Amino acid sequence: MSGNLKTLSQKVWDSHVVREEPGAPSLLYIDLHLVHEVTSPQAFQGLRERGLKVRRPDLTVATTDHSIPTTDRSLPILDPIAAKQVAQLDTNCKEFGIPHYGVHSTHQGIVHVIGPELGFTQPGMTVVCGDSHTATHGAFGALAFGIGTSEVENVLATQCLLQRPSKTFQVKVQGSLRPGVSAKDIILALCAQIGIGGATGTVLEYTGAAMRALDMEGRMTVCNMSIEAGARAGMVAPDDKTFHYLHGREFAPKGKDWDDAVARWKKLPTDEGARFDREVFIDGDNLEPMITWGTNPGMGVSISGAVPDPSTIADPLERDAVAKALVYMGLEAGKPVLGHAVNVVFIGSCTNSRISDLRIAAQLLKGRKVNPSVRVMVVPGSMEVKRQAIAEGLPEIFRAAGCDWREPGCSMCIAMNGDQLQPGEYSVSTSNRNFEGRQGKGGRTFLASPLTAAATAITGVVTDVRTLL
Amino acid sequence: MKPYLPFESRLVPLPINNIDTDQIIPARFLKTTSKEGLDQNLFCDWRQDPNFILNTPRGKNAQILLAGDNFGCGSSREHAPWALTQFGFRAVVSTSFADIFKQNALKNSLVPIVVSHEIHTKLFALPEDATVMVDLASQTLTLPDGQKVEFAVDSFSKTCLLDGIDELGWILKQEPAIAAYEKTRTSTLNTLA
Repeated sequence: MSGNLKTLSQKVWDSHVVREEPGAPSLLYIDLHLVHEVTSPQAFQGLRERGLKVRRPDLTVATTDHSIPTTDRSLPILDPIAAKQVAQLDTNCKEFGIPHYGVHSTHQGIVHVIGPELGFTQPGMTVVCGDSHTATHGAFGALAFGIGTSEVENVLATQCLLQRPSKTFQVKVQGSLRPGVSAKDIILALCAQIGIGGATGTVLEYTGAAMRALDMEGRMTVCNMSIEAGARAGMVAPDDKTFHYLHGREFAPKGKDWDDAVARWKKLPTDEGARFDREVFIDGDNLEPMITWGTNPGMGVSISGAVPDPSTIADPLERDAVAKALVYMGLEAGKPVLGHAVNVVFIGSCTNSRISDLRIAAQLLKGRKVNPSVRVMVVPGSMEVKRQAIAEGLPEIFRAAGCDWREPGCSMCIAMNGDQLQPGEYSVSTSNRNFEGRQGKGGRTFLASPLTAAATAITGVVTDVRTLL
Repeated sequence: MKPYLPFESRLVPLPINNIDTDQIIPARFLKTTSKEGLDQNLFCDWRQDPNFILNTPRGKNAQILLAGDNFGCGSSREHAPWALTQFGFRAVVSTSFADIFKQNALKNSLVPIVVSHEIHTKLFALPEDATVMVDLASQTLTLPDGQKVEFAVDSFSKTCLLDGIDELGWILKQEPAIAAYEKTRTSTLNTLA
């Protein structure tokens, strides 16, 4: 470490340490706790059993996103187990005094979409949620990470967590992205480069010209999938784009508070000369659209590349992993994914369901038709995204092209709500995980950008979007 | 929480790298509002294969899962360690673990034990009925040939596990420090506004 020079993540960490005691992890204060229906019921039950209250309901916010159907919201939830879970969150929030943007709220949406959109997420904060994609909020220069249900209970009760600091890891994305290449391709390239466990035990900071050039929604897409490389969190230093995005949002500071906050936030970026424990570089100039071929997000190649050949891999467990993935995916070693037929295209999830994602997909689909062999689902990330899309006429474009335009939620990213692949079906999906069965038992997922997804929807086979631009 | 005592057990080998939480407990089983009954769906999709190890005698009544690198990657679901412990596991041995899974496991008396590649390979090569001993107090794994392998556990988690201390109880005792911190922090957020 060079003197008192600090990285962004160290600054946020240091300003949130409540107490440090020898032999114990640091007690870290949490500025924002996001709650959803899946990972919270057992935590609220724990509070009841101990007779505890929520310490800071004013720093807590809930939404319903994982288990709800993306069909007409005026209809009841048909799955009785999901209906019970959704109702339980309502009951818990009422009982403990937590604001809840539930099924019928005009602010309902995927937790990692509504946090930034409503201005809850702010630079320099510590943000947690019982969800591994909490890293999304790091796009604002917040230290944001996923926690388990025991930790959800700890934060509800005390607003604190016991944590040990992670190592710092800089991901420098240099150059400028070419047409057809987007934020999603940066993060899929990182996962392919360092592997699914490549950043375990670290907090990533994304730097470099290509990151600076991304808008806030692109930065969220990159940070969102930090966990897919094993990182605890992923961050981007706040800049004028960050402040511009937040200014005027419902829960962002106002008036003098705003000016004071911006002055504080401007001190957050990593000090010139501060050292990271690790570094890796991505060449943005030569990045191509990326696609995954396997059963974890690190199993990806550029769209013109080929699926690896297990027989060329020396390590036996690695070789088995590739061979097992190829069997599950029904792919041949050494062949490209390009041109592979798909059954479903899914545009949505906390990775890629924001207005800019929908705009670029709609732009490509405008005046075109989706291939009749493909079912295309477009799921906006929130009610706010949906309203904006309607204002811009996007649902008409999607419907005219033959897409299914749905209500906000996690949907086929996690396939808990009935939106799912059938066994053996292939999808190109803008979501974040291609694990076996993730999008439905036996379903096979190719992860890609919204542009690649829209291009694939048109042709019916995995397509290099650059051929359609 | 019950104190974590030493034990001896056979190993259930799963020689697969990057076993993710969607395999340990698929998302469709997360609609429950309780912690109970998750063991029935542990590795549910892999158990469709009658030859999968958990469907064989070797997979029953053993308390140690021996897995490939980066065990527990993926989601933050604590349902994964709940399902594993309900099934009877008390330790998972691997060369590495995903961060969130490791933290969740430690809070549920499931000890994640990291070993070197050499020991990992040796454990996979053990005969089916071989047993190893796990002793958290001395942080050792004792192999059938008597070799003692030390493993790392952070001292706070170790104390909590050995003494059956509950982490939330410990944090609640820090109330004065938390209240003092709250007086100094600058925040403009109010989600109730």
